[in-house]
Amino acid sequence: MTSTGFEQALALGDDALIAAQRMAEWCARAPEIEEDVALANIALDLLGQARALLSYAGELEGLGRGEDELAYLRDEHEFRNVQLVELPNGDFAVTMAKLLFFAVHQQVLYAELAGGDGPLAAIAAKAVKETAYHASHATLWTVRLGDGTAESHRRMQQAIEHVWPYTHELFEGSDRRGAWLARVEPVLADATLTRPQDGWAPTGGRRGVHTEAFGPLLAEMQYVHRAHPGARW
Amino acid sequence: MNERVRAAVAAVRDPELTVLTIEELGVLREVAVDGDRVVVTVTPTYLGCPAMATIKADIVAAARAAGGREVEVVVSHSPPWTTDWLGEAARAKLAAAGTAPPRRGPVLVALSVRCPRCGSPDTSELSRAGSTACLSLWRCAGCGQPFDHMKDH
Repeated sequence: MTSTGFEQALALGDDALIAAQRMAEWCARAPEIEEDVALANIALDLLGQARALLSYAGELEGLGRGEDELAYLRDEHEFRNVQLVELPNGDFAVTMAKLLFFAVHQQVLYAELAGGDGPLAAIAAKAVKETAYHASHATLWTVRLGDGTAESHRRMQQAIEHVWPYTHELFEGSDRRGAWLARVEPVLADATLTRPQDGWAPTGGRRGVHTEAFGPLLAEMQYVHRAHPGARW
Repeated sequence: MNERVRAAVAAVRDPELTVLTIEELGVLREVAVDGDRVVVTVTPTYLGCPAMATIKADIVAAARAAGGREVEVVVSHSPPWTTDWLGEAARAKLAAAGTAPPRRGPVLVALSVRCPRCGSPDTSELSRAGSTACLSLWRCAGCGQPFDHMKDH
């Protein structure tokens, strides 16, 4: 039987998993070697969070599904991640905007969960320290690009405008948006960027409604496992 | 036999920071021996630490070689691992191997890290992400050498 606990662990696990998969697309494509290593490390952290969260979700569900079944054997409509994390990487500015908004959200959320008890609190207590690095990395780049050349400023502004609508979904049914804004707005100000207006707020990820880009992402992530069911290293 | 199994498991080395044992690194939390049944509790440094699979396999092999028959490795996330668990001996070993040890306390912002080769505090961070999840890459202005620093975590 599914429960609220299962749904919550699944949603957070899916967020981390899909964010990791997108970030891993930068591997061997980043603008410099240090950045390549940094993005791969961030992807690895997110994948580690996803594995812990999905394993826990599987235990709560009690149907014998583990992390692999949940990651590889579900279809689009069964994933509960927010649409923000599945958006294509775009240019480097879009990737950094996504990372900044998502990592700060994770920081706020994990800090809150870590104050509870049980396995979810334990995972959150570990993950919160990792996400602090992710948020700090994205902050450095947002400021560097926003407060950089005219071209980098234009593209960073364009990136946050593009991503902003998708951030609303992070706070559905929660009161964490205030804490998130309190961290994000000073970064945008430092970066000499204009905070986008609230308007269109796409939604549906938590109910299994996803964007057009999500199917191809899953196809790439899942095809080896599905082509060779039960294969082991 | 309890002590033999415990010692064997404690002597397993981290596959990435090979100068340290998993006990010195703080990854090993408990070894419970009941007859020939062994339950080892470990905690990962980072949730995504890719060395965990190797560490588990090495623990099973070490415990079996010391007489354990049924060996189980349990991963616990609580309390979360922190670099504060590294003792002075472990820090000295890291430094001797050319890796600047983590600093103590809740430091997240990089201030100054001493070069493990020449001791100069005149160093700068080249990349927060290094060769493993727990290392960052630094350069020393004193001796000109690059070095790893185990991130404060």
